[in-house]
Amino acid sequence: MLEVRDLRVRFGTFYALDGVSLSVKEGEIVVLLGANGAGKSTLFRTISGLHAPAGGAILLEGQDVTRWPAHRLVAAGIAQAPEGKHLFPEVSVGKNLRLGAYVRRRDVEGVRSTMDEVFQLFPVLREKERDAAGTLSGGQQQMLAIGRALMAKPRLLLLDEPSLGLAPLVVEEVFASIQKINEGGTSVLLAEQNAHAALKVAHRGYVIEEGTVSLSGGRGELMGNEEVRRAYIGI
Amino acid sequence: MITRSVAIGVPLLAAILFPLVVDNAYLVSVAVTAYVTAIAVYGLDILLGYTGQLSLAHAGFFGVGGYAVGILTSDYGLSFWSALPLALALTALLGHLIGLAALRTRHDYFAIFTLAVGVMIVIVIERWESLTGGTDGLIGIPAPTSIGPLSFASLNAQYYLVLAFLVLTIYVVWALMHSLVGRTFLAVRNSEELARAVGIDTGRTHQLSFVISATLAALGGALYATFLGSIGPDVGDVPMTFNMLVYLMIGGVASLPGPLVGTILIMGLMQALTAFQEYSMMILGPILVLVVIFFPQGLAGQGRVLANKVLGRSGDA
Repeated sequence: MLEVRDLRVRFGTFYALDGVSLSVKEGEIVVLLGANGAGKSTLFRTISGLHAPAGGAILLEGQDVTRWPAHRLVAAGIAQAPEGKHLFPEVSVGKNLRLGAYVRRRDVEGVRSTMDEVFQLFPVLREKERDAAGTLSGGQQQMLAIGRALMAKPRLLLLDEPSLGLAPLVVEEVFASIQKINEGGTSVLLAEQNAHAALKVAHRGYVIEEGTVSLSGGRGELMGNEEVRRAYIGI
Repeated sequence: MITRSVAIGVPLLAAILFPLVVDNAYLVSVAVTAYVTAIAVYGLDILLGYTGQLSLAHAGFFGVGGYAVGILTSDYGLSFWSALPLALALTALLGHLIGLAALRTRHDYFAIFTLAVGVMIVIVIERWESLTGGTDGLIGIPAPTSIGPLSFASLNAQYYLVLAFLVLTIYVVWALMHSLVGRTFLAVRNSEELARAVGIDTGRTHQLSFVISATLAALGGALYATFLGSIGPDVGDVPMTFNMLVYLMIGGVASLPGPLVGTILIMGLMQALTAFQEYSMMILGPILVLVVIFFPQGLAGQGRVLANKVLGRSGDA
């Protein structure tokens, strides 16, 4: 469903991405592993239209979407929860969610039913619907960021470091819900440093180092790989 | 609910009774000037308070609205009621065209760009003498024609007309801010990138906010010119923008009563201190500094914080 071909992104003379190719198939969870500064966030920003690439192509279901503006990509089915749980902190949880459905704003019935689905997935958000988003705990904020992305009814969900700064138990909870979202038919591309948690739910993965894909394979292959174990799992 | 009706009803009643109670033409005309300025300050707040950009061409649009109505009524013989929508449409169009260029920049660069636009508007007004009367200004702008039995010849009638436009403006701003469009404005101010990530066309949002802002400035200017019967290039000049900015900062950015409170308070204060006119900036400057330090949300913003504390509510935008 998503295909990235030889993507290059430049900051000045520095190539943050130097020829990245990867794909996400219908119904998959694909994880991108890599250290800080490897280019994961840049890749996400480029796929979601927040940054223009210097070369290469991005295809969504065979259609070239390489230089589409972000709002068009959201409407076409790519939604993201950016790194660091970016929310609108002064705005209530409910309004944050409704803003996520901005591209479907005319579909009042559909938005309401998606909101119910999000509340089923994250019941705590229903309880806090009227609270300002900034008052939520870290884990709840992450759930809200994911829930908000779901409000656009994406076919592909981009999640940038959903485990960042969360307690281990909360990380498990978040990944369990990612798996549930995926079972509902949404493909997921996930950037993570927490390889252990991510590989438990992912079907396949890529390792990104210094702006290129250094390794790729199925979950078992990556789990068993010495390099990956040493660098990202720590056992 | 009760607090809300009091918060709306008491000031509205006071405004309605004001000309009858004071019965002083000078004070009533000061109030009219404050109201038309407040309308423009609401426009400034749409841009600065809700989408987070500062336009220094704001007084320029105030001037364009005023001159457009003045020229259409005095030179082309249109009635105020047909000149007003034309003047607003014209300013909105001008705002749209300027926005196309200006909104390629953001923040400081946007302020600098619009500063240049503001200066250019004044230069055009001053130099296009055949149309605008140049530095002498435009005189003989007629009062609004009567609608049926409603005549706007008297000062009090004009006061109520301007008050009606002010109430309408506040209502429109309130309705806008409680709509999805208003929420997209806030989302853009909060984080433009995040707004784009949720699928908001931020370019269009900025453009819309700029056009609405310029149109409200034009409405203020149109009423100003009509009420005074004359207009000069000064009212469109950049120092006027800074005055409006001071009213807004002191009243409270992004709060519904803010622009009105700040404008009435400071314009009233300046009138009371006319004897010290030359020192007005020496008085306003420290006030602004104190407000920014102690009440960063402005006086109206501070009032809301206090009210929420007293009523034990938590803040929700």
